[in-house]
Amino acid sequence: MPSWILLVLLVAVVLWAIAAYNGLISLKNQTLNAFKQIDVQLKRRHDLIPNLVSAVRGAMDFEKDTLEAVIQARNQAVKVNAAGPDAVKQISQAENALSGALSRLMVVVEQYPQLKATGNIAQLQEELTSTENKVAFARQLYNDTATQYTIKQQQFPTSLIAGWARATPATLWEIEDRAARSVPRVDLSMKPKS
Amino acid sequence: MTEEGSLTLFQQQDANRRRTVWLLVCFVLFFAWLGFGGDYIYSLSTAHAPPAQRHDVWWFGVVTLAFGAGLAWYAYRTGPEKVLWATGAEEVIAPTDDRQRQLVNVVEEMAIAAGVPRPRIWLVPDPDPNAFATGNDPEHGHVAVTRGLLDLCNRDELQAVIGHELGHIKNLDVRLMTTLAALVGAVLLMRNGATRIFVGGRGTDSRSSRKSNLGPLAVVLLIVWIVSWILAPIITQLLALAVSRKREYLADAMGAQFTRNPLALARALEKIEGADTPTSRIKSGAAHMCIADPLGRRLGAHEGFLADVLTTHPPMAKRVAILKGMGYAQLKREQGTLP
Repeated sequence: MPSWILLVLLVAVVLWAIAAYNGLISLKNQTLNAFKQIDVQLKRRHDLIPNLVSAVRGAMDFEKDTLEAVIQARNQAVKVNAAGPDAVKQISQAENALSGALSRLMVVVEQYPQLKATGNIAQLQEELTSTENKVAFARQLYNDTATQYTIKQQQFPTSLIAGWARATPATLWEIEDRAARSVPRVDLSMKPKS
Repeated sequence: MTEEGSLTLFQQQDANRRRTVWLLVCFVLFFAWLGFGGDYIYSLSTAHAPPAQRHDVWWFGVVTLAFGAGLAWYAYRTGPEKVLWATGAEEVIAPTDDRQRQLVNVVEEMAIAAGVPRPRIWLVPDPDPNAFATGNDPEHGHVAVTRGLLDLCNRDELQAVIGHELGHIKNLDVRLMTTLAALVGAVLLMRNGATRIFVGGRGTDSRSSRKSNLGPLAVVLLIVWIVSWILAPIITQLLALAVSRKREYLADAMGAQFTRNPLALARALEKIEGADTPTSRIKSGAAHMCIADPLGRRLGAHEGFLADVLTTHPPMAKRVAILKGMGYAQLKREQGTLP
């Protein structure tokens, strides 16, 4: 009789271990997949920026600095991205700089009504908003999934399996600091800058 | 939050899968019960007849079983397209104006936030603001909004509504809700068909001679007709019951989790509630799928057992209050006045 109970216990433990292992592997793959999603959205953004800049360049000779900052941040981000997923920290810093430059550009566009009225700027603005949102949401999904994965592998019964499943805490995508997000001062005098 | 959230998400998905299977099984079993019941009664009544006239092979049951199974399979497979067809929705493939382009962008954004493939996008030509989602699984999802919603809501509010719908898609509410709608539709169709055959058959000839010609077929048709008259309202009520009103609160919460902007959804719901003309394009069979009750039922404003049984949507005021609570808690956290 006791041996029978022992057998049932053993089977239960093995079944639990398999379920926990599979759960961790599934979360790991979800995390990797979520990271790839950020990558896809960042590439989309990098491809969109040259079009955007060439579309507004003629209309806004005056905000050269802002445009220049966007182009530089974009080129820096493309360069860092080539390093691959190991450089999560550098990539996220470069992308945050790009986000900051883009939001400054958007504020500038917002401040010049006659610029908004010209042709396809409004449409471009929508595309830009959407692109920024897509990057933000992809990052949010990655951070949520990565947090879930990290919590799971550190919580008690599952933590026994974590070593076997080769689970390691995932690096979170850095949230940009408040300085990069803060609204820039905009010159409302509408005079062309020298 | 993520840990708890994921747990309830998987539980919700499992519950929806299970309930859909149960629904289909019960539907088929009901038909089998009808058929084999008829067989049993018929065989009892012919037990003392000569062997040639005895009802030994129970083919009634086999036929109704096959019919019920076929109907259930058909309803499950074609449910999403039938629902979309019934509302007259048109697919947005190449957006033609700014609002449509924004809609496509917003759906893409929310699909990324929810981590599901981009659903197909449909536009219902109706001036009343409303939205619904359908599909059998997240890989084949559909999101439909009315023209009225596009005209009424700003970008953030539209995003919040789409987030709510993607919540329904992600936790597989759409599978259960679409199957229910399709089964109701099938029963209604059957009723119309049976009525036409039965009434048409009776109308041409004098009653007595016709009846003797048709024999058991007329009886079967009569039974189908009566049963579907009984069945249709029962299924409609089941629908209101099975599609528990908790579902909407949960989808609201998921939408808020995707957008991180519960106040936008609260504003959108208030705007939708404010436009109190019923959504005429969406009939009662699909009412439970919408973000707000398209029929504008007064009972929907109440809580309690009766409201739970008879309506598909929770009171809007309570949904808005919950979302506002979430929103203010979030604002407090961000401003650092609370830990």
